[in-house]
Amino acid sequence: MFDNFVVPNLLPAAPEIFLVVMALAILMIDLLVKDSRRTVTFALTQLTLIGCAAIQFATSTGEITYTFSNMFVDDLMSDLLKLFLYMTVVIVMFYSRGYVIDREAMNKGEYYVLALFATLGMMVMISANHFLTIYIGLELLSLSLYAMVAMNRESVVSTEAAMKYFVLGALASGLLLYGMSMIYGATGTLEITGIAERLYGGGVNKTVMVFGLVFLVAGLAFKLGVVPFHMWIPDVYHGAPTSVTLFIGSAPKLAAFAIVMRLLVNGLITMAQDWQAMLVILSVLSMAIGNLAAIAQTNFKRMLAYSAISHMGFMLLGIVTGVVGGDARYALNAYSSAMFYVIAYVLMSAGTFGMILLMSRAGFEADELEDLKGLNKRSPWFAGIMLMLMFSMAGVPFFIGFFAKFSVLQAVVAAGYMWLAIVAVLFSLIGAFYYLRVVKLMYFDAPADETPLSAGMDMRILVSVNGLAVAFLGIFPQVIMSLCAYALLRSL
Amino acid sequence: MLNLTLSHFLILGAILFAISVVGIFLNRKNLLVLLMAIELMLLAVNMNFVAFSHYLQDISGQIFVFFILTVAAAESAIGLAILIVLFRNLKSIHVDDLGSLKG
Repeated sequence: MFDNFVVPNLLPAAPEIFLVVMALAILMIDLLVKDSRRTVTFALTQLTLIGCAAIQFATSTGEITYTFSNMFVDDLMSDLLKLFLYMTVVIVMFYSRGYVIDREAMNKGEYYVLALFATLGMMVMISANHFLTIYIGLELLSLSLYAMVAMNRESVVSTEAAMKYFVLGALASGLLLYGMSMIYGATGTLEITGIAERLYGGGVNKTVMVFGLVFLVAGLAFKLGVVPFHMWIPDVYHGAPTSVTLFIGSAPKLAAFAIVMRLLVNGLITMAQDWQAMLVILSVLSMAIGNLAAIAQTNFKRMLAYSAISHMGFMLLGIVTGVVGGDARYALNAYSSAMFYVIAYVLMSAGTFGMILLMSRAGFEADELEDLKGLNKRSPWFAGIMLMLMFSMAGVPFFIGFFAKFSVLQAVVAAGYMWLAIVAVLFSLIGAFYYLRVVKLMYFDAPADETPLSAGMDMRILVSVNGLAVAFLGIFPQVIMSLCAYALLRSL
Repeated sequence: MLNLTLSHFLILGAILFAISVVGIFLNRKNLLVLLMAIELMLLAVNMNFVAFSHYLQDISGQIFVFFILTVAAAESAIGLAILIVLFRNLKSIHVDDLGSLKG
């Protein structure tokens, strides 16, 4: 029965295999480590991620390679996204360290192992070429995140946020699966490239496909957190421990972008007219509601949650404008602008939550807007870093956030959606208000709390580097932009 | 005698799916009911996959169902664990008592 079993090519999945082996090893090593010596677990986690990056470099061929019966794909887009993913998770782990040590319930090895498993889930999502791989990766990510949100067991808001995240996340998976089952029924295959071929060949029941597509897009929108499927984002960002919010608010956006690309662009590009129309609505609503609701917030994490909603809406604009009336000339430009936007957003979001972690200490979360008052008097350097991050988020020229918005708008205008570009600029202007309010609080208000910042030196250096990177990459945006364009050129 | 066709199974799947979505959004009482609704939703999807798999004479849909069942078990384990932690904090599993996060 196993006569014709062929060992699949394991090389494209080498970083994933390394990560899962290391995560299991760390889980066991951690049993032998005392709570006071948790640095061992931390160091091993970081080394694992750096090792993954090294293996990724060593095994990358630059070609599109399918393995595991076409369930898994390794191309330049996945390589680039995974490298940014490792970088983000390494930064997130560095930022969370002090916060986790200060909170006893969270200072466990599970924290690091769950983060590694979530990373594995995201890697699988990024490299998926089959509905099953997408589903398994997505669930591995989500289940790890639910547990991480609930890790601070004594906190009422954290456990409540975990419950809400769990219920709405499971609902999203259900919608996604229902859509997948319909598309499977219409095309007769679960493989993404196979679906593209069947659709290209014709003879597929269009009604069933569109029906499935609606559910698929709804599921994806839940995971991206765009209106009207955004209800979980503010509660989870607000309720989760800040180090977990930092994790949820950064790395998974890369994976969500990847599955949107895999499902909608690689698989269903022949139905672009249908899903683009849906995404336009999601995108405009997200920019409107995200930016308007953020103004009314008093909690900084909650404000950043609405800001995340509006940023994801903006990013979708890049994906919407790929195909115009059956003409895919601008596709590469549009998709690479969206990819650049996601990477820029992840960098800014990591920096901003890093700043909240930097200001927090044992028993003090620093997550209210009030807590930012007079930061300039307490620490002019970090007020400056925060200023750069906020300017970049608002899209003030010559920070990376400006070029991210600019390249997406360029793609929108090139595709001829003038009204969409105007709407996007208008809502970005409204959005600038609440970012600039943070700057006003830092520079022109008297501090409510004079305690000096207590974060360690490594944390201070890393947050500074992150803030300066936002400014520096704003001067040389071409570095990342051309990387994105090249990776997509070789992958699509 | 009634002949069962693909559309019968799909309609049943759709009805189960609709019941579970309504169960999630209209349920104002008990969190356990929410967990049951989530299970029902995954089973509705399984029904679809098995029906299509049989109809298309393609085995991969049934393999997918095994994976969904396994993941659903892991998911309810995490869900119940979160429920217990929440109950310890709130001393209640009523949906209406989940109100400390608003805005």
